[in-house]
Amino acid sequence: MDKVATSGAAAHGHAHEHTHEHHELGFWRKYVFSQDHKVIGIQYAVTGLVFLFFGFTLMMIMRWSMAYPIRPIPLIGSLLGQTRAPGGIMLPEFYNQLGAMHGTIMVFLGVVPLAVGGFGNFVVPLQIGAPDMAFPKLNMASYWVYFLGGVTMFVSFFVPGGAAMSGWTSYAPLSVIAQPGQLGQTLWLVGMVFLITSSLLGSVNFIVTIVQLRAKGLSWMRLPFFVWAQLVTAFLLLLAFPPLEAAGVLQLMDRVAGTSFFMPSGLVVGNVPVQVSGGGNPLMWQHLFWFLAHPEVYVLVLPAMGIVGEIIANNTRKPLWGYRTLVYAVAFLGFMSFIVWAHHMFMTGMGTTISAFFQTTTMIISIPSVIILTALLLSLWGASIRFTTPMLFALAFLPMFAIGGLTGLPLGLAPSDIPLHDTYYVIGHFHYVVAPGTIFALFAGIYYWFPKATGRKMNDVLGAIHFWGSFVCINIVFMPMFIQGLAGMNRRMYDGGLLYANNQGLPLQLNVVIGMAVWTLSLFQIPFIINFFASMKWGKKVSDNPWDATTLEWSAPSPPGHGNFLTEPVVYRGPYEYSVPGAAKDFSPQFEPERA
Amino acid sequence: MEIPYIVDARPDTGLHNCKLGIWLFLASEVMLFGALFSTYIILRTGAVEWPFGELNVWLGMANTFILIGSSVTMVMAWASLKLNDFGKHRLYLIGTFVLAGIFLVNKYFEYADHVTRGELPSHSTFLAVYYTMTGLHGLHIVGGMVVMAYLLGPGAKMWKTRPDQFSNRIEATGLYWHFVDLVWIFLFPVLYLL
Ligand code: HEM
Ligand SMILES: [Cu+2]
Repeated sequence: MDKVATSGAAAHGHAHEHTHEHHELGFWRKYVFSQDHKVIGIQYAVTGLVFLFFGFTLMMIMRWSMAYPIRPIPLIGSLLGQTRAPGGIMLPEFYNQLGAMHGTIMVFLGVVPLAVGGFGNFVVPLQIGAPDMAFPKLNMASYWVYFLGGVTMFVSFFVPGGAAMSGWTSYAPLSVIAQPGQLGQTLWLVGMVFLITSSLLGSVNFIVTIVQLRAKGLSWMRLPFFVWAQLVTAFLLLLAFPPLEAAGVLQLMDRVAGTSFFMPSGLVVGNVPVQVSGGGNPLMWQHLFWFLAHPEVYVLVLPAMGIVGEIIANNTRKPLWGYRTLVYAVAFLGFMSFIVWAHHMFMTGMGTTISAFFQTTTMIISIPSVIILTALLLSLWGASIRFTTPMLFALAFLPMFAIGGLTGLPLGLAPSDIPLHDTYYVIGHFHYVVAPGTIFALFAGIYYWFPKATGRKMNDVLGAIHFWGSFVCINIVFMPMFIQGLAGMNRRMYDGGLLYANNQGLPLQLNVVIGMAVWTLSLFQIPFIINFFASMKWGKKVSDNPWDATTLEWSAPSPPGHGNFLTEPVVYRGPYEYSVPGAAKDFSPQFEPERA
Repeated sequence: MEIPYIVDARPDTGLHNCKLGIWLFLASEVMLFGALFSTYIILRTGAVEWPFGELNVWLGMANTFILIGSSVTMVMAWASLKLNDFGKHRLYLIGTFVLAGIFLVNKYFEYADHVTRGELPSHSTFLAVYYTMTGLHGLHIVGGMVVMAYLLGPGAKMWKTRPDQFSNRIEATGLYWHFVDLVWIFLFPVLYLL
């Protein structure tokens, strides 16, 4: 690394009067409070993975209560304490905490930090040939503010009354009156303000980096698809998150200062009129929340599509099919995602005109999604595919995202959404997109860029076990949810819907099947964890470009030193020039000059 | 390699990093206050009655002129740098800082007046809106003052070593400051006059 740093400094091509000294940084500055985008990226990724694991554990506990209601939780039941699970039997209140925090943690502390903070930070500057992000200090700040948000969320489990328990959506007025005088929901709001601030700093940094720091010759239509996906994602974070920040502040005022932004007049809870000034509007919260949270679902999925695009091009040894179309589709998707939010609110009694508007925009937004999926699928056509571990995960993304997306269509039309809303069908829908969809793509990305970050490859046998085990289990987890939802099983019930007539028989039995599959799924993550750590030390050492890839990050040393590139990179061609007729090898990297 | 375009504009975009960054940040601020103003509109149009004349219009008006004045001194602080007059620049920046301080002192008297009369945020939706929106705006003022204090204190050294970058920073601070001023120019009529 040090060798690289000094030669990188010697080779820098910009004549500024201020020469940056490459002095040795101490341990703290180098690994903890680092300003290097690669270190920050890895910090984000590892923290994100830890939170994914934590959120998954919460779900494993919840699944016990649904599969075997009112039976003591084995192994850990007695550790949970009297306020959560007396005698090892889960209290409904604790189930609600787990549910709210599972959603919050998975989305805001797991997937987004890994996909944007992790992959975005590590890969984007390398792919555009930049020495770092545009604002390294801001980058460090954004990680640490995210970290603070994570700590706030985590700590909230241990305050009196426990963590937030009004769902990851925190609908008012429930969230305002829940846990009166206790901290849970208040800490959730404070945590969200931290997380939003962090992603705001991050998104400014990403956009400036991509717009300003592209290497010589890297014109817009030569950008790797992953960079486009990250650019659109950054715009979504930049513009969609502030309204939720506003909403969070308003809800905080409602809880702490006793205002009534979301508290209607005449609210009676448990036969007691609520003592507030009233006049507030609970639906306002839903609008502000979904104005963020619909774009947020694209924040979850766009980076995943970007990763899949990179890996498919690399392993089919062919250019991506319809690169330009992909770029336009992703930009259009980003724009449209701002005007579909109320499809989450068909049940709120909105008028038919408004509902027709949002149904129409929802149908329109599925078009670019289908275009992207189709283009990626067509890229496979006629290729001799290399079934590497990253490719396995990337290939699985396609049908999984397809199932998730297609099941979204009936939800986007009010007549079919009304019976399906708040059932397990919705849970099935979005988990297909986010879990076997996005999270598989993130695994693909980890296997794919691991050699760049460490200089070593991850083990393929362990990778295959991880893939096939996860693939089978995760489908057994989520496929039955469509059946349960169509049977009318509601979401958010701590006993899995035990008491409802429509759930008797198959729907309830499926809870057991799902539980079993979830717990088995966790076992199949063990090979990944072993692989991840063992490969850092014992993984096979590989060259700087082990996958014979074309994009710029593969021209840097593995791992890249401070400043990334040994010489200033210059781009000579588009991102996916694989199997160019007449070329000597089957890949023509962006960084290799045209032979005269 | 060094991070490029910290000082000079990138030829094809015509921007230096900091300027693009501050514009993007302001875009997100527009969304933040946009959401707050939308909430205000929804709440007000849905309200049975809306109090009028509860705020001290004269103090509000004074504060409006104070902020507009501070925007002018802010521009002058930047322009003097461009004219290479560092002494004048400091004078104007101190002026901006002081005006911002006076704004906050006025705000304090307003708040204190309401509180002594028992008019807390929980009293009515109008006061809830008033405290929240002016409070968030006040936090933005404080944020701006912190940045100015830095640029007057330890940050000022940069003028000697990297003058162009320093004036870029002043320019960015100025853009932010004008935005904060602009928000108040919306807040004042909405809360005090309508
Ligand atoms: C492409 C076509 C898509 C359509 C037409 C669609 C439509 C919908 C609709 C109408 C709902 C509301 C259902 C209800 O609550 O009754 C919904 C829920 C949801 N969707 Fe999608 N969706 C699509 C893609 C996605 C993607 C790509 C993601 C994420 C990466 C996603 C994530 C979610 C989530 C998280 C929820 C549930 C939120 C909650 O209520 O807790 N959807 N979808
Ligand atoms: Cu949506």
